[in-house]
Amino acid sequence: MSEKIATREAYGKALVDLGKVNEKVVVLDADLSKSTKTATFKKEFPNRFFNMGIAEQNLMGTAAGFATCGKISFASTFAMFASGRAFEIIRNSICYSNLNVKVCATHAGITVGEDGASHQALEDLAIMRAIPNMVVLNPADAVSAKKAVFAMAEYDGPVYSRFGRAAVPVIYDEDMEFEIGKGIEVKEGKDVTIIATGIMVAEALEARELLLKEGIKARVIDIHTIKPIDEEIIIKAAKETGAIVTAEEHNIIGGLGSAVAEVLTENKPVPMKRIGTKDTFGESGKPNELMEKYGLTAAHIAEAVKEVINKK
Amino acid sequence: MAKVDYEKLKNIATEIRKGIIKSINAAGSGHPGGSLSAADILTVLYFYKMKVDPKNPKMEDRDRFVLSKGHAAPVLYATLAEKGFFSKEELLKLRHMGSMLQGHPDMKKVPGIEISTGSLGQGFSCSIGMALAAKLDKKDNRIYALLGDGEVQEGLVWEAAMAAGHYKLDNLTAILDYNGMQIDGKNDEVMTINPIKEKWESFGWYVIEIDGHNFEEIIKAFDKAETIKDKPTMIIAKTIKGKGVSFMENQVGWHGTAPKDEEAEKALKELGGC
Ligand SMILES: Cc1ncc(C[n+]2csc(CCOP(=O)(O)OP(=O)(O)O)c2C)c(N)n1
Repeated sequence: MSEKIATREAYGKALVDLGKVNEKVVVLDADLSKSTKTATFKKEFPNRFFNMGIAEQNLMGTAAGFATCGKISFASTFAMFASGRAFEIIRNSICYSNLNVKVCATHAGITVGEDGASHQALEDLAIMRAIPNMVVLNPADAVSAKKAVFAMAEYDGPVYSRFGRAAVPVIYDEDMEFEIGKGIEVKEGKDVTIIATGIMVAEALEARELLLKEGIKARVIDIHTIKPIDEEIIIKAAKETGAIVTAEEHNIIGGLGSAVAEVLTENKPVPMKRIGTKDTFGESGKPNELMEKYGLTAAHIAEAVKEVINKK
Repeated sequence: MAKVDYEKLKNIATEIRKGIIKSINAAGSGHPGGSLSAADILTVLYFYKMKVDPKNPKMEDRDRFVLSKGHAAPVLYATLAEKGFFSKEELLKLRHMGSMLQGHPDMKKVPGIEISTGSLGQGFSCSIGMALAAKLDKKDNRIYALLGDGEVQEGLVWEAAMAAGHYKLDNLTAILDYNGMQIDGKNDEVMTINPIKEKWESFGWYVIEIDGHNFEEIIKAFDKAETIKDKPTMIIAKTIKGKGVSFMENQVGWHGTAPKDEEAEKALKELGGC
């Protein structure tokens, strides 16, 4: 876990690789192509790149129109504006008709950092998860982000994927398998399971190390697909380890924690605790400072693990 | 240019208007006012202008029509039925459980519908993507989008208008169904859209103003639009809300009210009977 790469970097690179093998791919942006990294695609395939200006609703509507003509649209902007400003267009123009549009939202979560609360999307997973037909992805590192881009292109229908601004540890080998809807058991363990998504998978792995020192063996699962969620892997973890902690860089309301709780209550209720922002807006600061203040570090996860184990 | 049979177009438009009245009456709800105002425009598009094949709705390189003011679904349904995309009997199932004719157009359910609409501004935005796709693939099919005059109060409309001008989408023709009314009253009272011609021109559009119930003018405008290069065309069509049914004409109240049986009968009689 030495190298650090932002998932948005991987997204930009993957788009170019994808563009080379798939002529149907068109990429749209809303004046953020340098930040969302779609500029790499623009450079390589200028005629298949469309800057729609600072007009996120029309970005999504245009992407939908392209999809009705057989294109695979990748529409990018910051997660805040994709899931927020353009929500209704995504719902009615894209998801209702089940169109082949990939909403690729970067700068999600608190690690956007200094730009502050207006730019820290902490509710996007919840909003997107509530729309029928929408698949919701949240890759953990650069390798899975790249695989996610190819998996999205293979999948026929709307997908929302979250990418981050900050550099995060690379946790997977190049040959990892990314299958939409399938969670990944990253580390085995029998005492408790930490179910994490996005950049929190790295924190979960660090938490596992901390816990090992105290003799606690935690299983770590990466849920890169928030919807449809891998019920099987969650139920199995509940049965085999008897306690669950979820970890997400998102409000504890409506995202991964909620999704896991839904699965557990209907199938195998066990003690559970959710790590995430506590229904609050963020603020400006350095990503690591914010992770600390808002309770999103490995140490916070380890604390939560001890709590749930005591309730077993 | 082929000689136009105006008498035939007029008869078709009347049939479409009857379909609107019958379907909304059978549904017990729906939007007659803005459907009737657009009937002549859709008649020209589907029976004079557009390259579409009811036997093969997904035909490659077909022209595409987008009903951005999706609440006027009855006029689109009646037109598609008249053209033969599906049986006219379907019209009587409008808004019924299990029917393909949803309250607002659903592209997954109805052959001939290019994009689902109902949320104002949305379809027009999608037509930008369709026009860009045609350009990218070097196809010469055309995209037509019908907007309401209340609809253009939506911000999304102007985002899309700006993009169409920027990308010089001369394969896109928009039609503004300028009946002067929306739900809460006259446009000018609710939120004026004027000066409307200048607005579109300033967004890089070629603008034509016509009487939206005069077939000759409608046809001329669509023909002209095809000759304009490097600019999308907006046809501002002056229309009458509720056109063709005397007691509905220019009545805000008929925006979203279904005619009861005796009202429907009266309307159909005016339109020349069943
Ligand atoms: C985004 C959105 N806001 C509001 C509505 C509700 N609505 C349906 S029709 C309508 C008025 C439309 O007026 P106009 O575009 O002039 O249509 P017309 O008069 O031709 O029927 C409104 C506000 C909607 N469908 N979509």
